[in-house]
Amino acid sequence: MHEMALSRELAALIEAEAAKHRAARVTRVVLEIGVLSHVDGGAMAFCFDACTRDTVAEGAALTIEQPPGQAWCLDCGDTVAIGKRGDSCPCCHGHRLMVTGGEDLRLKEMELV
Amino acid sequence: MCSVCGCGDGETRVDGAEVRKEAPGRDHGQGHGQAHGGHQPHPHHHGRAHDHAHGHDHVHMPDGTVIHYGQGPAGVSVAGLDQPTLVRVERDILGKNDAIAARNRAHFARHGWLVLNLLSSPGSGKTTLLVKTLEALGASVPTAVIEGDQETTADADRIRATGVPALQINTGKGCHLDAGMVADATATLHPPHGATVFIENVGNLVCPAGFDLGEALRVVVASVTEGEDKPLKYPQIFAKADLVLVNKVDLLPHLDVDVEALVDNARKVNPGVAVIRLSARTGAGMEAWLRWIEAGRILKCAAE
Repeated sequence: MHEMALSRELAALIEAEAAKHRAARVTRVVLEIGVLSHVDGGAMAFCFDACTRDTVAEGAALTIEQPPGQAWCLDCGDTVAIGKRGDSCPCCHGHRLMVTGGEDLRLKEMELV
Repeated sequence: MCSVCGCGDGETRVDGAEVRKEAPGRDHGQGHGQAHGGHQPHPHHHGRAHDHAHGHDHVHMPDGTVIHYGQGPAGVSVAGLDQPTLVRVERDILGKNDAIAARNRAHFARHGWLVLNLLSSPGSGKTTLLVKTLEALGASVPTAVIEGDQETTADADRIRATGVPALQINTGKGCHLDAGMVADATATLHPPHGATVFIENVGNLVCPAGFDLGEALRVVVASVTEGEDKPLKYPQIFAKADLVLVNKVDLLPHLDVDVEALVDNARKVNPGVAVIRLSARTGAGMEAWLRWIEAGRILKCAAE
C-alpha cells in the first residue's frame, strides 16, 4: 500500500511546516487528492492517523478535497471533464484525451495552534 | 498602522528615520488583532531586538513576518486559549521523491546512462525478458540491472548468470521502488559510461505508478495471460508508460484473450503509447524491442 509511504512523507512535511511556524499543535490538515491521482483517499486517511501518532498532528482532523479530472481532447480541441482514466470524451466519445487536471497530490492547508 | 503599539504601515518618522516607541512590558493584548485588520502575516518591525516582554501572544517568524493568534474571529488572544491559525502550504506530497528523481535524471545524463524502468504485475515475464534482452545485446553495449523485489535475490542471481552486473533491492514490506533506493543502487553498482540500465520494479500494477525514479523511459510489460482488461483496471501505470510490451504472445493460440482489445484499452488511457508484441521465450518481436531501446539511446544522445 503506497499510501503508507506517502503518509510518512506527509507527516514529515507537516512536522517541518509546523516547526517553521512554531506551532505547538496541528488541529486540521487539508489534502488535495485529485480524482485521477494514484492515491485512494480512504487508504490515505487510514494511514494518516497511524503516521501522525505521537507527532504535532496527532488527532488532527483530515479534510480531503478531490478536484475533478480534466483532459484535453485532441479531436475536439477542447478541455473536457472526465471521471476516471479510460473515460471517453463526453462530446465526441473518442479516447484521444490528454489528462490536464485532477492528478495532484498536495498538502494544501494546515490549521495551527 | 497599529493604533496600539505603532507598528505596521505609516510608521512615524523624524528626519526620515523611523521612530519606535513601544515600551517594554506594555500590555496590549486585547484588540490588537482588530487593530491590524488584515488576516495576512505582516512584517512587524520593532526597533530593538526582542528583549521586551510582549503582553500579547504572537509568534514571530524567522523571516520577519508574524502570525497573530489574536487575529481570529474574536480578535482576542488569551494565554492558554489561543485560536488556531490557518496556513496555506501547497506542497506536493511526492515532492521529496520527485526532487531525488530529478537529481537522478541529471546524474544519469552526466554518465550517459539510458535508464529504463520496467513495470508489470508479478509473473509477467520481466526477468525472462531481461535475460533474453541482455543476451541479445551481448557486448554491443554496456548494461546493468537493478532488481526490485520484496524478498530474495533470485532475480539478480538470474541476471548475474548472464555476466551482466546486477544489484538486488529488497524493499522488505515496501510495494514499490522509490528514487532514493535507485540513487543508492546506482551509486553502488556504478555502471560504465554510456550503459543501458534496466530497473526491474517490484511486480505490482498499482503502487510503482506514482514514483518517478529518474528513468528516461517507462516500459509496462503486460503478458497476454493477464487478460485484455488490465489497462482499464490499472490505468495509472499504463497512463505513464512510454511503451507497452505485450509479452507471451506465443501462448495466444491457447487463450481466449483478445490482444487487439488489450492494445485498444492501453491506448484508451494513453493514446500515444507505443506497443510491441513479443515472446521472450520464442524470441518473436525481440528485434522490434531491441530497436526501440536503440532508438531511445540515439534520441538520448541527440538530446545531450
